[in-house]
Amino acid sequence: MIETHELTRHFKDVRAVQGIDLTVAPGELVALLGPNGAGKSTTLRMLTTLIAPTSGTARVAGFDVVRHQREVRRRIGYIGQGNGAGHSQRGRDELISQGRAYGMKVVAARRRAAELIDSLGLGEVADRTVSTLSGGQRRRLDIAMGLIHAPELLFLDEPSTGLDPQNRANLQEHILRLRERHETTIVLTTHYLDEADSMAERVIVIDHGRIIADDTPARLKTEHVGDRIILGFDHEVDAAAASARIAHTLRRDGNRLTISVPNAPRLVPDLLEDLRAAGLPAAEVEVRRPTLDDVFLTLTGRSLREGGAAAETTERDNALVEA
Amino acid sequence: MSNLVTDTGVVFSRELRPMLRNPFGIVFSMVQPLVFLGLFAPLLPDDLSLQWFVPGIVVMSCLFGTSMTGSNLLFEIQTGSHERMLVTPLRRPALLIGRALKEIVPVIAQAAVIVAICLPFGFELHLGGALLGLVILCVFCLGLGALSYTLALAAKNQEWLFWTVQQTLLFPLLLLAGMLLPVSEGPGWLQTLSTWNPLTYVVDAERALFAGDVWANTTVTGAIAAAGVGAVGLLVGVRAMNRSD
Repeated sequence: MIETHELTRHFKDVRAVQGIDLTVAPGELVALLGPNGAGKSTTLRMLTTLIAPTSGTARVAGFDVVRHQREVRRRIGYIGQGNGAGHSQRGRDELISQGRAYGMKVVAARRRAAELIDSLGLGEVADRTVSTLSGGQRRRLDIAMGLIHAPELLFLDEPSTGLDPQNRANLQEHILRLRERHETTIVLTTHYLDEADSMAERVIVIDHGRIIADDTPARLKTEHVGDRIILGFDHEVDAAAASARIAHTLRRDGNRLTISVPNAPRLVPDLLEDLRAAGLPAAEVEVRRPTLDDVFLTLTGRSLREGGAAAETTERDNALVEA
Repeated sequence: MSNLVTDTGVVFSRELRPMLRNPFGIVFSMVQPLVFLGLFAPLLPDDLSLQWFVPGIVVMSCLFGTSMTGSNLLFEIQTGSHERMLVTPLRRPALLIGRALKEIVPVIAQAAVIVAICLPFGFELHLGGALLGLVILCVFCLGLGALSYTLALAAKNQEWLFWTVQQTLLFPLLLLAGMLLPVSEGPGWLQTLSTWNPLTYVVDAERALFAGDVWANTTVTGAIAAAGVGAVGLLVGVRAMNRSD
């Protein structure tokens, strides 16, 4: 569905995207994850024909993004960072003219608009001026506009930025349902870690305009970080003795040990039993599973949250784990 | 199948819709011209009649509204709906032409409102001439609207730039066209500047036409000036829209 080769974009002296090779198969749900300014949006803007690459090529839905812009545009849906509907317009009117923009007849556009208004729960607000809608309602209207022509490939640029947790969950549900029903290929950018984690089957981590990792969230976490077990002991000497016994010890802080392992939940029971048998019973135990932020931290030495990324609301706070 | 004409139709009707939904909104954009009509017209010297003054106010009203129209696009650039439309298969020139064509509707509406207000005060309507005058004015406003959109595309995220340029150009153009007082009474340098202003010829043509004087040279020069502004506006505007991202 998408195939890029050495895709590159420079803005004056900024190298926003530096040689991205990317293949997305039909039906995939891919998240581009990275801090602000990593090149996610620039990549998306090239794939959606909004800006031309400085060098390299990209084929989207079977067509070259530079030579066959209109063919690409016909086949893709794009939901940008802003609001697609004009603020002085009414939602339903905008949906109908969006349908007309894709070459639909008025009657067909009207029918399709009604369908989307219904399935996105916009019935009560569709005939109001867009400027009076809430952020969540406007976002759902954006989604409806992006879907008017039932595209085979849908791009979403930071779809849930600025929404409260409830609306974010609601939006994610809509996107997942859409995919289930129509097998739409979906590419989204996000700097919400939990969003990438819970929605995408494939996460592409982008930093400084390059792809630095590309895998399922689970594999990214196991391969790049692994789990942590933190053991607390009553006495420091016990902790030191246990540290000598356990092969995977990362470090010891007083009477606490941090152990790095690939699959902690399966290992903990045996570990505790072994320690007890050796006369070094642990007083407390904590298992920490990595987040995508830990992955990013391991890969780049920086936290995603630092570089201007929005604060997490639902993420369990694991950023304390040091690399 | 879609083509440039149907694409332009889609953009045109989208632009027009908020106006049709709220037709009285147009009166708010006419506040300034109506103030000039109410508070400046009574101060005119005796030799300048309402018949002379009103066509200038019609042009002024359209000039105000049309020169500001780019701010709608500017807002859509900022909110994201312009970007959304750029990703649709709509042809880029249609995005500009459809918008510029829409300007014709408020031009006609404003002219009708002003004429209707002035009729009870002794303004004489010569329908044929007035209609031809409107055609010329529409062509001029098509170009001016396109230029206003071009300015919006160039200003992008710098809203101040749009308003600074628009306000800086608006009043010199207006005064040099003799819209409020005849330039012929002014000093030579001002008269020279006035001859370089395409709007001068449009205003002169409107005055002659609204007075029923259709077969005059001013009609021809006015039509040429309006066509020139229309053509330049569309050329520059389509070029800017093609480059828009």
